[in-house]
Amino acid sequence: MYSIDIQGLTKRFEDKTAVDELTLTINAGELFGLLGPNGAGKTVTIKTLCGILKPTSGTANVNGFDVIKDTEELHKIIGLCPQEPAYYSYLTGRENIEIFGAFQGVPTKVLKERTTQLIDAVGLGADADRRAGKYSGGMIRRVSLAMALIHDPAVAFLDEPTVAMDPQSRHATWDIIRDLKKRGKTVILTSHYIEEVEALADRVGIIDHGKLIALGTPAELKQKHGAANLEEVFITMTGRKIREES
Amino acid sequence: MNARRVSALVVKELKRTIREPANLFMVIVFPLILTLAFGASFGAIGGNEFKYNVAVVNRDIGPYGAVLISALTRIEVLSIQNYTDPSAAQSDLQQGRVKAILDIPPDFTTSVLTYNQSPTSPSKWHNTTLSLSIDNGSMVASAAIPPIIQQTLSAITQVNAKAGTSITIGTPTLVDTQKISQFAYMVPGLFGYAAVFLIMTVAQALTTEREQGILRRISVTPTTVGDIFAGHIVSNLILGSVQVAMVFAASYVMGFRPLGGVAGIIMAFAMVLTLTISSVGLGLITAAFARNSGAATGISFVFILPLMFLGTFVPAPESISRLVPTWYVTDALTSIFLRGAPVTSQAIINDLLTVVAASAAIIITGIVAFRRFGKS
Repeated sequence: MYSIDIQGLTKRFEDKTAVDELTLTINAGELFGLLGPNGAGKTVTIKTLCGILKPTSGTANVNGFDVIKDTEELHKIIGLCPQEPAYYSYLTGRENIEIFGAFQGVPTKVLKERTTQLIDAVGLGADADRRAGKYSGGMIRRVSLAMALIHDPAVAFLDEPTVAMDPQSRHATWDIIRDLKKRGKTVILTSHYIEEVEALADRVGIIDHGKLIALGTPAELKQKHGAANLEEVFITMTGRKIREES
Repeated sequence: MNARRVSALVVKELKRTIREPANLFMVIVFPLILTLAFGASFGAIGGNEFKYNVAVVNRDIGPYGAVLISALTRIEVLSIQNYTDPSAAQSDLQQGRVKAILDIPPDFTTSVLTYNQSPTSPSKWHNTTLSLSIDNGSMVASAAIPPIIQQTLSAITQVNAKAGTSITIGTPTLVDTQKISQFAYMVPGLFGYAAVFLIMTVAQALTTEREQGILRRISVTPTTVGDIFAGHIVSNLILGSVQVAMVFAASYVMGFRPLGGVAGIIMAFAMVLTLTISSVGLGLITAAFARNSGAATGISFVFILPLMFLGTFVPAPESISRLVPTWYVTDALTSIFLRGAPVTSQAIINDLLTVVAASAAIIITGIVAFRRFGKS
């Protein structure tokens, strides 16, 4: 059964085509990695699947809910961890997580327990009760992930969740993502970090200039292109690196 | 709308006000300091009264009533306002719109004529009395108006008061108000003054949340735009209540003793909270068109300045002031607190209805504007 069904999805901004005739299905419980350089169309795809952006043409369903017509139901079953963490700087980390739980209608008692569990899982500890405005970039990312998962969504969209994280935080985040997979959640993960996607994802889609240029398991892609890793796959297909080093 | 989500948004907004120093200052500390500072500066100074509004009810069936009015109109310190309904004049005196009422009786001309025909034969006079009611709260008016009227009356009727006359001015009825300081005149305006700054804080909150992507993130939850608007309205009603209570407390400490009792206090809350809704509406309009929080601060003053300078404690021509809702709040609270006007009087009800209508129109406009232009 498909959790996500995208058919001929196109999104244009004036004269720029951000997503170009994307057709893709993602199975329920699958951990799907979406790889691509900056501006490839990953975030636009995720925003469209979350109902934030309206597609120019094509259709998309998430767990059977149309992303244009059924946004009310859609928003109850998805969790979005956006690329730029959006949070209330004057609230504590714990309060940020709790308010998003309230937005999602998590019962108060359950909310307290789940918030504490997530704070432990992302390794926030005592810092959870400090104001988020004082956090480092990595800490904010961890809070942002917890905000996205507080209602235990059936489908999680994680847009570059580990950017600016220290190695320890990244591994803690990987554990959370693996746990989602273990509990049968569908996860769409975008990342610049090839090794991250390679280590976590069941299947990978490589997107460039809005087009899906490769799709398969990491092993299939490497085998097909005779590459040692996914970075080499991308270079083989586009002649460029996914992540331009500074 | 969902009560749980609205409640979470309200708590969040109240925490923002308390935890962000700029907001705390603007919403709570600034009105408090202003009230205390004005109380200290103007509490001992009498009110400025350069011209006295005098209501005249002319019931004279002859021409001399009009002659008297004409003579009074030429006196610079008086502004004569003609009334046909004595109760309307009484109502306006209670609400401070006029300082005195002169009631010219139907037999005024008869009395003047009989006196002029036989000035030395009191037995032939037809005696009558001009009744005068004066605002006792205005000490200067109560001292100045009776002799002015007496002199004018003597001049136009050739009546010599010292030699005896057919016309007497009744002992002025003093409307029971307190001695009013300059500060007391300012206090009703301070209630509205505090509320208008909510325009800026609402606009800043929304533009900041939009800039930081929080509104977009919320849009990926079941939270509706209605929940967000309700959150801002309810949280600002709470802040508005705190402001009203604070201005009451601070002005009381500085010596202000409002008339009007509990009903007057309840009316003050009702008026200011209604005004608060219009402030939220103007905040939404500001946020709809401001690109960022800095621009929101600047644009909010397009609304704040006229509301402040035309409708609160700053003297301004009434014809222009009537264009802003704060004027109606200040007008009603002045009548209640300084004149003891009953909250059920027609003028107060009219003020309240005007503020309600204006606030409803503004909040609807704000919601429409923000939904149309402000979400992205």
